[in-house]
Amino acid sequence: MSNKISTAVRRVDAVEKASGRARYISDYEFKGLLYARVLRSEKPRAKITGISKPDFPEGYYYIDGKDIPSEGRNNIQMIKDDWHVFAEGEVRYIGETIALVVGPDKEKVLQLLSEIRVSYKEEEPAYTIAEGLACKGGPLFGDDNIYGEYNLVKGNPEEAFKNAVKVVEGTYKTGFQEHLYMEPQGMVGTWEEGKLTIYASAQCPFYIRKSVAGVIGVDEKNIRIKQVTTGGAFGGKEHFPDVIATPLAVAVHKLKQPVELVFDRIEDISFTCKRHPSEITIKTALDKNNTILGMDIDTRINGGGYESSTLIVLQRALLHGLGVYNIPNAHVRGRAVATNTFPSDAYRGFGAPQGLFAIELHMSQVAREAGMLPADFKRKYFIKTGDMTVTNTTMKDVVKLEEMFKAADDMSDYSRKVKEYEHDPLKGIGISFVNHGGGFTGNGEQEIIKSVVKMKRTGEKKAALYVSNVEMGQGLQTVLRKIAAQELGLDYTDIDYDNPDTDIVPDSGPTVASRSTMVVGYLIQECAKKLKTRWDEGIGTETEHHYVHPPGLVWNQDTLQGDAYPSYGWGLNVVEVEMDPVTFEIKTTGIWTVFDVGIPMDDTIMAGQVSGGVIQALGYASMEKCEVLDGRFRQHTMADYVIPTSVDFPEVKNVFIENPYAYGPSGAKGAGELVFDAAAPAYADAVQQLTGRNIYEIPVTPEMVMGALK
Amino acid sequence: MKDIEFTLNGKKVHSAADPLKRLLDVLRDDFTETGVKEGCGEGECGACSVLMDGKLVNSCMVPIGAAEGCDIVTPEGLRETEKGKVIIESFADSGAVQCGFCTPGMMMAADALLEENSNPSEEEIREALSGNLCRCTGYDLIVKGVKDSATRGKKLW
Ligand code: FES
Ligand code: FES
Repeated sequence: MSNKISTAVRRVDAVEKASGRARYISDYEFKGLLYARVLRSEKPRAKITGISKPDFPEGYYYIDGKDIPSEGRNNIQMIKDDWHVFAEGEVRYIGETIALVVGPDKEKVLQLLSEIRVSYKEEEPAYTIAEGLACKGGPLFGDDNIYGEYNLVKGNPEEAFKNAVKVVEGTYKTGFQEHLYMEPQGMVGTWEEGKLTIYASAQCPFYIRKSVAGVIGVDEKNIRIKQVTTGGAFGGKEHFPDVIATPLAVAVHKLKQPVELVFDRIEDISFTCKRHPSEITIKTALDKNNTILGMDIDTRINGGGYESSTLIVLQRALLHGLGVYNIPNAHVRGRAVATNTFPSDAYRGFGAPQGLFAIELHMSQVAREAGMLPADFKRKYFIKTGDMTVTNTTMKDVVKLEEMFKAADDMSDYSRKVKEYEHDPLKGIGISFVNHGGGFTGNGEQEIIKSVVKMKRTGEKKAALYVSNVEMGQGLQTVLRKIAAQELGLDYTDIDYDNPDTDIVPDSGPTVASRSTMVVGYLIQECAKKLKTRWDEGIGTETEHHYVHPPGLVWNQDTLQGDAYPSYGWGLNVVEVEMDPVTFEIKTTGIWTVFDVGIPMDDTIMAGQVSGGVIQALGYASMEKCEVLDGRFRQHTMADYVIPTSVDFPEVKNVFIENPYAYGPSGAKGAGELVFDAAAPAYADAVQQLTGRNIYEIPVTPEMVMGALK
Repeated sequence: MKDIEFTLNGKKVHSAADPLKRLLDVLRDDFTETGVKEGCGEGECGACSVLMDGKLVNSCMVPIGAAEGCDIVTPEGLRETEKGKVIIESFADSGAVQCGFCTPGMMMAADALLEENSNPSEEEIREALSGNLCRCTGYDLIVKGVKDSATRGKKLW
């Protein structure tokens, strides 16, 4: 039954990477390379009152805000531009960049760094969402510490609660999560042919270009960013590279010499962005038949010391707040809170996993209050084509959740096990249903990104494609080649596609938001069609294609009303667990997943995305604890920030349900984030059944299980 | 100070480095063996895996002084052998490679396992890879790649 495009091919980058030939940023050699290290704030909230430096020997430099050219500015242009390149008299979190120390000898650079003394006038910090909301130590942002607040209202929630016979309430909490891409952050800046050039391990070359151009005060065309083979990213190399590239660019601009800024692992875990912690309170109004009348959802996320992209993350959390359910009346409120923790930022899912964790766990709990098993209850509320969404428009996707449930049930024997385990104190099985909006929220693609792709005939039977989207492990270099090759009737290995260089490729947008296959892949498909019609014009023929918003979608960014996403991927996970009665350790004994990603672009690549996303999410659910202690991440080595190993989870058994999307290449939809969304609530639901106690927080540790059982 | 002598991928080599310098740094900086990756520098991730006298070690945890007289094999060495080629081909066909940063180390771990046990079960493979972290794949397709190596390379190990 498989589509031709789904037939697995060998990834173009596999052999080079497996053999150790692929070069990552630290594998390059640059002549006359200088090393940079970051002078960081030691205080979470303070005024800087003085900085005393040792004498710098010749060839060693202290680079700070004074080195920013007069045309430039000390602000990093991410979504918001509040984050400074170098701290300006005050610090808002531990690890904030104050200066760079640069020089030819690494050891000497470290020694100089250790001899610098910064004196501070300390202020009282706020670390948690509650402390932020209480404006502990006085407000850090505005007069209430709220970076932004949104309210989505569907139907008449007030009326629903007035008519309620019973209200079920829970507050669900998720913590920081570290990306832990295996290759730490790093880049090298050089001065090449009079141009500031940066080689970067990154997802979004044009984001970096924009930030750097603003800081240096030149036209974007005067900055060149070259992406190099990137050892994993997961959102961690979306905006954060701007925080590395901008001070680095200031140093290179001043010194006109190559400078390397590569983090070691401890620095990377300690001083890079994490997933936003969340606290989400959900109240559900039920009538006397235990039918849902309405919901009230109050979402708070911890944005940390600077806003950067936090409000967009919050929007996504809210837009996924009702999950896959048609709830007749709902109020979904969200606030992003300023605190003195390291600023939170993009991580696979971008707010959706937090929102979905809360609604899924809550729905399971309401089911039990209603005397029903979770899947039976949840299925009654599945949203269908034409139903109203939380943004007061109709659901336009073809929703195949019932078919997906049937497939999962056949594979996992869920319906039988869930009944059997009701009376088994050592076993549990959990289920969760999710969707994930592909591409930018609302009209972002149309209004902000405006992607362009380019193709060129380069030989008798050869073509090249030019996009700014990067391979970071997800298989994009293979998938986009397959899409182009299919249209041109070539083999995918006949298509060239280099790591993007902003001097060469057009801006087809960032490699984020599950948009690369769905949005950019579609543009490539259309661009390749054009090239095909012009193929006979000979070698050198070029075609371009610009983004056009799918017809029939409306969006108001001020009110967040309308079609929030052009399409959704859909997913369901079943997780089965067993407990060791002595250690209270939970062992996962089965993982079954069903996903609707439109048409899978490559069966093997997609299987890899599923296993990788699901296991990463099970780490989030069960072991990846990341706490803040006195303003620092307590778990800051790989020994204490623990991620799944090959023995922690069994094989993920997956099937795809095909559901082609008209504006995706060969029918594909977004997938990279969807595969992360469902495992955490399914795991927590399984532990709920096992313990017979509600779970409200992840990671679910053995201590929590023990506590719940006492 | 006396030079440290060891065998690197079958060739006798010398290093004048401080004996406390990490084997990882000597291999990467002085011998440009950049297939050896640094993922953590604390013995947790296995990206820096090499074979030392046939045993899988984390080269970030070995001072070069301890390598005196030893036989060191890196991904650069293994990839030139029949066994290495079989593992690379199998990994490529199984979809075991995503970002690739862990993969050279995984190849070393796979070889070390197959030397000991040429027909390992899934459980034995998972056990043998448990010191090598991968954040991309969730391991399933790497396990498949190792199984596939064992099948294809039947007579090699
Ligand atoms: S770098 Fe040696 S174990 Fe991670
Ligand atoms: S493939 Fe990326 S860490 Fe293993």
